[in-house]
Amino acid sequence: MTALASTIADKSAQDAGPAVSVKGVSKMYPGGVQALNQMSLDFPKGQLTSLLGPSGCGKTTLLKIIAGLLDATSGEVLVNGKPVTGPGPDRAFVFQDFALMPWASVIRNVAFGLELRGVAKSEREAIAEKYIREVGLGGFELKFPHELSGGMRQRVGLARALAVDADVLLMDEPFSAVDEQTRRKFQEDMLRLVEVEQKTFIFVTHSIEEAVYVSDQIALLLARPSRVAEVIRPEINRNIAPDAIRRDPAYLDTVESIWAALRSYVE
Amino acid sequence: MTVFGVRLPMMSSLLIWAVAWEIIGQLDMTILLPPLSAVLIKMVEIVPTPSFLKAFGETARAFVIGTSFAIVIGVPLGVIMGKNILVDRLLLPWVNMFLSAPLTALVPVLMVLFGIGERTVIITTTLFAIWIIVLNARAGVKAISPSLVEMSQSFGASAWDAFTKIYIWAALPEIIAGVRIGFIRAVKGVIIGQLLVSIVGFGRLFELYSSNFLMEYFWALLLVLFFFAFTLAELLGVLQRKFDYYAANR
Repeated sequence: MTALASTIADKSAQDAGPAVSVKGVSKMYPGGVQALNQMSLDFPKGQLTSLLGPSGCGKTTLLKIIAGLLDATSGEVLVNGKPVTGPGPDRAFVFQDFALMPWASVIRNVAFGLELRGVAKSEREAIAEKYIREVGLGGFELKFPHELSGGMRQRVGLARALAVDADVLLMDEPFSAVDEQTRRKFQEDMLRLVEVEQKTFIFVTHSIEEAVYVSDQIALLLARPSRVAEVIRPEINRNIAPDAIRRDPAYLDTVESIWAALRSYVE
Repeated sequence: MTVFGVRLPMMSSLLIWAVAWEIIGQLDMTILLPPLSAVLIKMVEIVPTPSFLKAFGETARAFVIGTSFAIVIGVPLGVIMGKNILVDRLLLPWVNMFLSAPLTALVPVLMVLFGIGERTVIITTTLFAIWIIVLNARAGVKAISPSLVEMSQSFGASAWDAFTKIYIWAALPEIIAGVRIGFIRAVKGVIIGQLLVSIVGFGRLFELYSSNFLMEYFWALLLVLFFFAFTLAELLGVLQRKFDYYAANR
């Protein structure tokens, strides 16, 4: 725990360049619906950045453009300095509805990214087993998705994304389909994962509490026209116990100030 | 099902019809309907004969080859139609037309093209089975959750990977359902083909029995055929139920 704590303290000190850089990205859907308008945003290396905003603000669209699943109408996205032209091994995606293959066991689902890369079966299963344990699903390797709860399914989705060892993890409202207590446990696990994995996380959510709890940086997105309203860096000491954070004044103040900023737009 | 508080075993309705058949047959009302018992005795008698076994072999061969073609061509075609709107627009009217077309009328044309023989029978079988297989595979692909497709893309799946590792599997419950109906139609196809060509397999036997009013033989053959079609459909039904559990959570 102390080793982790010191990494947390060091993190803001280490001056890392952006892992992902979004430069002037616009997205026009057929039919003239503008989902994104000239959006620019940097995502620092090794940190978790949340895209927070009401529905329709284009946060999922932005995430899918970074993933290379959607093409931007104009502008560009750089991942480690290289422009994105499509999906790549430097990024892995965690889906809101888990997107597991129901016909495949947990281990095959987790190893799927490696299977597509042509990694030999024994090798990819060894890697998959490691990440299945890491997300707390040890012993469930041979189960099928329909035998798991929603929370466990998303752990499979997370393990699959971790197994390909991408630099950037893109998470599209990953905890919105699981129940509240599972969700809180997930959020606590996220903090640990960000520390252990040394990856860049981009996290889409519409929950203010969730964003403040897990994020190093929060980009507040607003709709019509879609834009980055504010970038907030919650100054929360995460060395304290997980549930103490939820009572921490800095945490509560940040939640409150974001709600104040959003309220005017919601009304 | 329960009647007057008594639980009836499965297929008890068949028993009622069997009794009715036997009674009408024993009454000697028509030469066309011999008693069921006589038919069953005849069935046991003709099944081991070389001419029956030869006909069975020919029919099974045409059926297996014909349905294999229907699956190997139909499933990928359906998947492509489900994935690609352009191909879909181009082919869907034809698939729908052939699905409801009286294919029997096409057999003489096929005979001109492919000769009077096994080839025509196989192609007739394929034509009977393929369209419903195409439509079901297409429907299955259209029901795939978009995130599963995005998932395979985001992990770098090639078009071939996506086809073999995602589309086929995700659409499997519908594909099996299509194959099941396709097989039932193929049984019709193979017999109609053989009847019209009338020199091979069960078709030749049917032709022989009915033109000579050997009704006991005729019904025995029909029962054998019914039994095989029924078993085949049930086996695929079991397979289909095995895969149904995941149809809900794609």
